[in-house]
Amino acid sequence: MGKKRIEILVGLFVVLGAVGLVFLALKAANLANFTVGDTYKVQARFDNIGGLKVRAPVRSAGVTVGRVSKVALDAKTYQGVVTLDIEHGFVFPKDSSAKILTAGLLGDQYIGIEPGADEKNLEPGATITQTQSAIVLENLIGQFLFNKAAENGSDTGVKK
Amino acid sequence: MTDALSNLGAATLRWLRSLGHAAFFFLDLLRFSPAALRRFSLVVAQVHAIGNLSLVIILASGLAVGFVLALQMYYALVTYGAAESLGLIVNLALVRELGPVVTGLLFAGRAGTSLTAEIGLMKAGEQIAAMEMMAIDPRSRVLAPRFLGGIVSMPILAVLFSAIGILGAYVVAVLMIGVDAGNFWSIMEARVDVWRDVGNGIFKSVVFGVICTFVALYQGYETEATPEGVAYATTRTVVISSLGILAMDFVLTALMFSTP
Repeated sequence: MGKKRIEILVGLFVVLGAVGLVFLALKAANLANFTVGDTYKVQARFDNIGGLKVRAPVRSAGVTVGRVSKVALDAKTYQGVVTLDIEHGFVFPKDSSAKILTAGLLGDQYIGIEPGADEKNLEPGATITQTQSAIVLENLIGQFLFNKAAENGSDTGVKK
Repeated sequence: MTDALSNLGAATLRWLRSLGHAAFFFLDLLRFSPAALRRFSLVVAQVHAIGNLSLVIILASGLAVGFVLALQMYYALVTYGAAESLGLIVNLALVRELGPVVTGLLFAGRAGTSLTAEIGLMKAGEQIAAMEMMAIDPRSRVLAPRFLGGIVSMPILAVLFSAIGILGAYVVAVLMIGVDAGNFWSIMEARVDVWRDVGNGIFKSVVFGVICTFVALYQGYETEATPEGVAYATTRTVVISSLGILAMDFVLTALMFSTP
């Protein structure tokens, strides 16, 4: 087999591999979702961040506007401090609220930002003051049982 | 009694010695790789023999595995109403596990045995000895190019296996069963991480390529110079490579994918 022919075939093989890799990375994975634009950082404090992970989306009205870049614990107030990278095109009022929501019933958690009514906007490096922590299932069940028990208790009290 | 003990001791010492021999062989392969890179046409010829000639079986297997995965996963998922996640499941299964491992096993069977047989027959026909007589180091001229060819080919083959598997799953899921095409791709794009999943899969396939090629070359080089010896050597290549791939797959998966 001619040397030239072998080289051409090997070149085609490598090109085919590169095409397959690009296909996997773009069409079958999330490389295209990485925001290449500039972002600015905003912080938010939560009592409980639940299952929020780094690179979770930050959404407003359902549209992704940024990503969670860092999750830390404040050693003094024992609150979770979440750093959000928001794309430069999106600005929110100073009194916007951040909630930890779940995508679907058992999906991943993300941060939803609801805009407030202030005239001034959030500066880079600012902290979102209105936050709502993630819903912890055990607390919910405990609350439900407590309410049920209180109901039954007051019923029997009335009957007696 | 003492006979049995001395046999056991001798067998252990033999095994340790062969282990050390294999380690030095591996170091030689690494040491002569730069020299082989200078003779680039040798490496290209080996990539053709190892990679190009494996394309047909890898692509056919990938397509078949993609078809079957899509069918089986669909029947499992539709009971929970989660048929929309079919693309995601097939993608993760292929890119994380099946791509590297199945490609590795096929590679060991197809390319590993051909490498072992080739080197073994070169040894049997005294070509290696003739090269040493001419002051040509067989390690840099024969062994290292094949080692590099194997390391280069294996990740490319694994990537092609996964890619064509996903396309095959698309054909079955969307065109035949009727899963929504938009959801098929978008859920996959949203949840598969390019570094964690695709990247780790490629790293695995490189490790498997190193294992397969090293075992194949070592078995070929150390075989008895008889037809029977070559036959045993090819069998040992496939068995040891396959066991090595499966063991390393478990270790690598535990390291890479355990939840932090």
